[in-house]
Amino acid sequence: MAAQLRIIRQRIRSVTSTAKITRAQELIATARVPRARDRLEAARPYTKAITEAVSALVTHHPGVDHALLNLRPDASRVAVLLIAGDRGFCGGYNQAVIRRGEALRRLLADEGKDPVFYLAGRKVEEWFRFRSRPYVRAWTGNSAQPAYADAAEIGRELTGLFDRPTREGGVGEVHVVYTSFVSMIAQRATAHRILPIEIEEREAPGGEGGAGPAPPPPQYDFEPSPQAVLDRLIVQYVRDRVWHMLLESSASEHAARRTAMMSATDNAHELIGRLTREANQARQAAITGELTEIVNGAGALG
Amino acid sequence: MAKLRVGVVSPEREVWTGEADMVVAKTIDGEIGIMPNAAPVLGVLVEGGVLRLKGTDRGDFAAAVHGGFLACSGDEVSILAERAELGEEVDVQRARDALQRAEESQASGESGEEYVARAARARARLRAAGEDV
Repeated sequence: MAAQLRIIRQRIRSVTSTAKITRAQELIATARVPRARDRLEAARPYTKAITEAVSALVTHHPGVDHALLNLRPDASRVAVLLIAGDRGFCGGYNQAVIRRGEALRRLLADEGKDPVFYLAGRKVEEWFRFRSRPYVRAWTGNSAQPAYADAAEIGRELTGLFDRPTREGGVGEVHVVYTSFVSMIAQRATAHRILPIEIEEREAPGGEGGAGPAPPPPQYDFEPSPQAVLDRLIVQYVRDRVWHMLLESSASEHAARRTAMMSATDNAHELIGRLTREANQARQAAITGELTEIVNGAGALG
Repeated sequence: MAKLRVGVVSPEREVWTGEADMVVAKTIDGEIGIMPNAAPVLGVLVEGGVLRLKGTDRGDFAAAVHGGFLACSGDEVSILAERAELGEEVDVQRARDALQRAEESQASGESGEEYVARAARARARLRAAGEDV
C-alpha cells in the first residue's frame, strides 16, 4: 500500500516538472510568433515592389526572355526543397512537411520525374539520414530565426541548379514544400513550384473594397537594358520567394509549437489532478488498513 | 514644389520611407539623379553603391545599398536592395575592419569576386557614413 503511494507521488513529481518545461516552451513560442509575423510583415514592401517591377517588365516587353521563366523540355530530374524546423516539440509541424514531401515525391515519380532533395531544418535532415534516404544538401540551424543570407544562399543554389541542363546534373523544375501560416491555430504544409517562375500578382491585402482594378504598370525606361534588368531582377525575385517561405515556415513553426505545448501543459495538469486523487485514495486505504490491523490485533490480544 | 515619395526597402525591413526633393544613385550605366516628375526608370544599381537623398524632412543623408534596383514612376521612387543601411546606422569601426580584412585577403593573393565585392560593400558603408575612403 505504502509502496503504491510512493510510486504515485513520484509520478506526480515527474509530471509536474514536465509541465513546467512545456509551459516554458509554450511561453517562449507565444512570444516568438508575433515577432516572426512582424518579420513577415516587414518583408512585404520589398516583395510588393519586386513583384511589381517584374510584372511591369514582363508586361511591356513580351520579347524579353529568361531561362528561369521557361518550361524546360528535359524536366526528367526535379529538385524538391523541404522547409521544416530544427527542433521538435511542435506537434505535427515537421511530420506534415515530410508527408507533403512524400506525396510530392510519389506524384513526381508518377510523372516520370526523378526528384532530388534539398532540406532546410535539422528535423527533416535527421529523418532523411535515419532512413538512409539520399539528399543533396541541407541547411540547418536557422529555422527559428531565418536570415536573408540563408534565403540568398538557397536561392543561389537552386537557380544555379535550374540553369544547368539535366544531363550535367541540373534540374528541370524546382518545387518547395513549406508551411503556410493560416492563423495562430492553423498552419498548412504546402507544395509550390518556384521554377520555372509563374509571376504572381497579388492584390494589396485589405484593399478589396472598391479598390477597382490595379493601375497598369508604368512604362519604365530600363537601365542598362530590359534584358540586363530582367536577369538581375529574376534572381532576386526567386530569392525573395524563398525568403518569404522561410519566414512563413518559421512563423508557422512557432505557432505550431505554441499549440502543441499548450495542450501538453493542459494534459499534464489534468494528469496531475487524477494522480493526486489516486494518491489520496491510496493514502486513505493505507490508513484504513493500518487501523483495521490495530483493531484486529487489539481484539486478538483482548 | 512636388516632392518625391521615396521608399528604401530590403527583404528584412523597410529601411526608410519619406519625402525627398532628389534621389541620386549609381546604376551600372552611371550616376542617375531623380527629381519629381522624372520619366519612369527601372535601373540596376551597382554593388556597393551609395544612395543620396536630398531635401528630406531631416535634410540630406546617404545610405549604403548593395545589390538592388531603383524603380521610379511619377513621384514615387522605390529602391530595392538586398542589403541596405542608412549612413547613421553604419558601425564605422566594423566597416573599417571589414575593408581592411578584404584588402588584406586581396593583397595576400586570394583573388575572387567575393573579396572585391566585400571591399566594395565596406567602402560604400564608410562613404554613406560620411567617411573618406
